[in-house]
Amino acid sequence: MNDTLLARNVLALADDSLLLGHRNSEWAGHAPILEEDIAFANLALDELGHAQLWYELHQELTGREPDETIFFRDAADYLNVQLVELPKGDWAFSMLRQYLFDAYENVLLAHLVNSSNARVAEIAAKQRPEEMYHLRHTSNWVKRLGLGAAESHRRMTAALNELWAYALQLFAPLENAQALTDANILPDPRALQTEWENQVGAHLTASALAVPAARAPRAKSRSEHTAHLRELLTEMQEVARSEVYGVEW
Amino acid sequence: MTETEQLQAFEARIARGEKIEPGDWMPDAYRQQLIRMISQHAHSEIIGMLPEGVWLQRAPTLRRKLVLLAKVQDEGGHGQYLYHAAETLGVTRAEMIDALLAGRAKYSSVFNYPTLTWADIGMIGWLVDGAAIQNQTMLAHCSYGPYARAMVRICAEETFHKKQGMEQIIRYTRGTPRQKQMAQDALNRWWWPSLMMFGPHDATSPNSAQLIRWGIKTKTNDELRQDFVNKMVSDFHAVGLTIPDPDLYYDASSGNWISGEINWDEFWRVVKGDGPCNAERLQARREAQENGAWVREALAAYAAARGEG
Repeated sequence: MNDTLLARNVLALADDSLLLGHRNSEWAGHAPILEEDIAFANLALDELGHAQLWYELHQELTGREPDETIFFRDAADYLNVQLVELPKGDWAFSMLRQYLFDAYENVLLAHLVNSSNARVAEIAAKQRPEEMYHLRHTSNWVKRLGLGAAESHRRMTAALNELWAYALQLFAPLENAQALTDANILPDPRALQTEWENQVGAHLTASALAVPAARAPRAKSRSEHTAHLRELLTEMQEVARSEVYGVEW
Repeated sequence: MTETEQLQAFEARIARGEKIEPGDWMPDAYRQQLIRMISQHAHSEIIGMLPEGVWLQRAPTLRRKLVLLAKVQDEGGHGQYLYHAAETLGVTRAEMIDALLAGRAKYSSVFNYPTLTWADIGMIGWLVDGAAIQNQTMLAHCSYGPYARAMVRICAEETFHKKQGMEQIIRYTRGTPRQKQMAQDALNRWWWPSLMMFGPHDATSPNSAQLIRWGIKTKTNDELRQDFVNKMVSDFHAVGLTIPDPDLYYDASSGNWISGEINWDEFWRVVKGDGPCNAERLQARREAQENGAWVREALAAYAAARGEG
């Protein structure tokens, strides 16, 4: 029982990282400075690598191989938050999205390393040092763009106002997830949200960015998606689905 | 020392196999040739991210997606490293990028061809990176220290790029009918552009003689191209692919595979800016530059306000 439930929650973690990495890879060759062509691709690579670890655990729990899960599953069955499926927008939008997600992963992983499930704890321990580097990198960017110039401040404010309610969905639990919290496998999402809001709120304020008033997540269920996900998956799955599943690439 | 004596001493150093380092005396023509070559090489890495980049979102497995992103990222890293190597000669990155965006600087023409199917990613790795390695292995012995050392490092990574390409193409030649067809089609389209990567024939290469005299190059364009053709023909025949050159034959006396004539009209047309994707590539870089202007202004303002500027 808990295995099925855990598999669903692990899949949500995997899908979030996969799609964020996928979106960020769109910047490769188009970033505002060469150093970020390199660094942002590195963050995307890490996210894809983290997704891989979660998909492998998902396979252990369900028997379904990662590539089948990724390339032969339709939008309706993806469990990512809408935050990561949105188009990349401008540099402020992508950087701020990555920052909000990194801050979430940092509070999440700090709990998951102590999960009562040994595999969850092991995977979290692998990811955590990389996520700490991500947060350092993206925090610095938020500060530079928030405090840098009028134009960058304007763009960051616009991005924050748009992204905030999407980010709150990170803390909306999947149905029945309380059982996993009770079993000390996953943390309590409300506690996570408080930690996240405290950390993010302080950093945004220090970066001259006003925390938006929105309190409700943009979507409640991880089964609700925007039209962007369908478009993203159509492109992502195009080559894989030109052959039947099982053909080697 | 008079300039003639300086030049003699410089050429004697090169003849002894010594490396020339950034602070050393060098003829202006040597400096200019190196700036031209190294910046062209750096631009090629940056522009080269684009044709592969459009397939990052369509890679058919998670592993392929990771490998391709790592490869494209490596190319950005090579570009950065090479811009630094060129900067040791007294030119700034901003000047080099201006020259690229204004169309004054060149980059490898091979990136002005489109990537039409997923198999192009494998073929670029095997064939285009293979050609680059052929050239760069030679440049790793060049007389200018920073360029030679950059090449050693870059070649090591390029070798992985080539391997992942080979791995893909070999798999597709043994795969489904559609995969086999895709691999052959990719070879048909990339074969000639990759031979063109070695540049014009020696007889019509304006820079070659001086580059060899100063130890920047140690082999001519035609020698490098012949080595490459010999290697690739046997590799592709071994996996059952057909080289798209009806005039290709084996010359037993020299042990060489002799290819038909390159379409030099096409070569010069693409070099001069009229290839299938020249406009698109430069446009993408100009847009990145323009769209990033507000970001760079913010970084400068932030640094200036904190006395870091």
